[in-house]
Amino acid sequence: MLPVLDEEIARHRIARRVAREFQDGDVVNLGIGIPTLVSDYIPENIRVIFQTENGVVGAGPKPEKEDLRFIGAGGRCLKPILGGALVASDMSFGLIRGGHLDATVLGALEVDQEGNLANWWIPGKMVPGMGGAMDLVTGAKHVIVATTHCTKKGDPKILPKCTLPLTGAKVVSLVVTEYCVLRMVSGEMVLEEIAPGVDLGEFKKVTPANYRVSEDLCQMKGCELE
Amino acid sequence: MPTSVIKPVMSAEEAVKRITDGSSVMIGGFNYGGIPYTLVDALVDAGTKDLWLISNDTAYDDVGHGRLVVNGQIKKVTASHVGLNKSTQRLFNEKKLELELVPQGTFVERIRAGGFGLGGVLTPTGVGTVHEEGKQVIEVEGKRYILELPLRADVALIRAYRADRYGNLVYFGTNRNFNPAMATAADLVIAEVDAILEIGQIDPNDVVTPGILVDILVLKGDSYYASRT
Repeated sequence: MLPVLDEEIARHRIARRVAREFQDGDVVNLGIGIPTLVSDYIPENIRVIFQTENGVVGAGPKPEKEDLRFIGAGGRCLKPILGGALVASDMSFGLIRGGHLDATVLGALEVDQEGNLANWWIPGKMVPGMGGAMDLVTGAKHVIVATTHCTKKGDPKILPKCTLPLTGAKVVSLVVTEYCVLRMVSGEMVLEEIAPGVDLGEFKKVTPANYRVSEDLCQMKGCELE
Repeated sequence: MPTSVIKPVMSAEEAVKRITDGSSVMIGGFNYGGIPYTLVDALVDAGTKDLWLISNDTAYDDVGHGRLVVNGQIKKVTASHVGLNKSTQRLFNEKKLELELVPQGTFVERIRAGGFGLGGVLTPTGVGTVHEEGKQVIEVEGKRYILELPLRADVALIRAYRADRYGNLVYFGTNRNFNPAMATAADLVIAEVDAILEIGQIDPNDVVTPGILVDILVLKGDSYYASRT
């Protein structure tokens, strides 16, 4: 059995680990859900510029007084940072598609060993639309998937091949779950970090994708802070 | 006949009379930001039907142009995301609404192409996904791109911050979003603004949408979201 984690602990573990991927000066777009939590864990020695696809470059935290004229992509009020910029959608997606974003952090329904990502549609269920996700995974230099390791039902999400409609083909750079860090290296999925108390044999049972265990496999960074 | 460069200012009720049954209508906004609420509410009241709605999303059931969907005035939606409006989903499932979903960056580029005289745009977004199906894929320097075709509309309802009497527009906050692009891509452009200023009160350096693109000006009303956005 893998360690059973409280959902909140799992979500924050993932967010804390993702935040360590950034470098000083990176421009980053955060998706909804776990990715939103990432901004709480940016190391103090670096500065990250958050972009929101509805037109903010330099999104700051929620203001004390709500002003609906400044919102993020999820609809929550925000305050642009001093030195931030407000842009129209064509510029915003030009930045995204044009390779001006260092990273995008998104959730996943499924991700596979080839770096394919599915996170926008479950056929037969509602059709929400892809929003900006297809542009983000196409244009950002690094596509970081921040997701719980399995669905709420316990089904694996990290698969040999995605079964759901893709958001992007061969776009994923890194997958962070509450149990591991998997990095795509030259088209191959490599297990680089594993959470404390996770047995590799048990891990394999909930991770049907083919992955190589790195010779430098180490404990998942940030877990020591919990 | 010389056309006056001074743009008519009228009520929302009067302005939306220009929209006829079966028209294609672009409406600005992202989530609840930057929607021309007063115009949209007037269009709901007018009951104009069989509209093709071109907007990033369909807002919420009881907010902005989400109300047009709920009211049965829309026959087709072109959008990037409709997940926040349950009625859009329901009507689509009941086959009462045609739905075209477009990646958001592609959505705005198609509008730009429509407004800027381009025959389409080549984008890598969606290559290798279901979005590619039925579209022409063109290889340029070894990389595959989808050919996306221009989008135009009969009417664009847009939201800006301030206008002058020439129709020059400036925007505020995250209300800008798709509004400047849509102002280029419709036969009739109606702009809802917080204030209408005299000529000279907007510095030409600050103008985002030149007034030559704008046909009618409407002052925003005092509904909940109109007054807060």
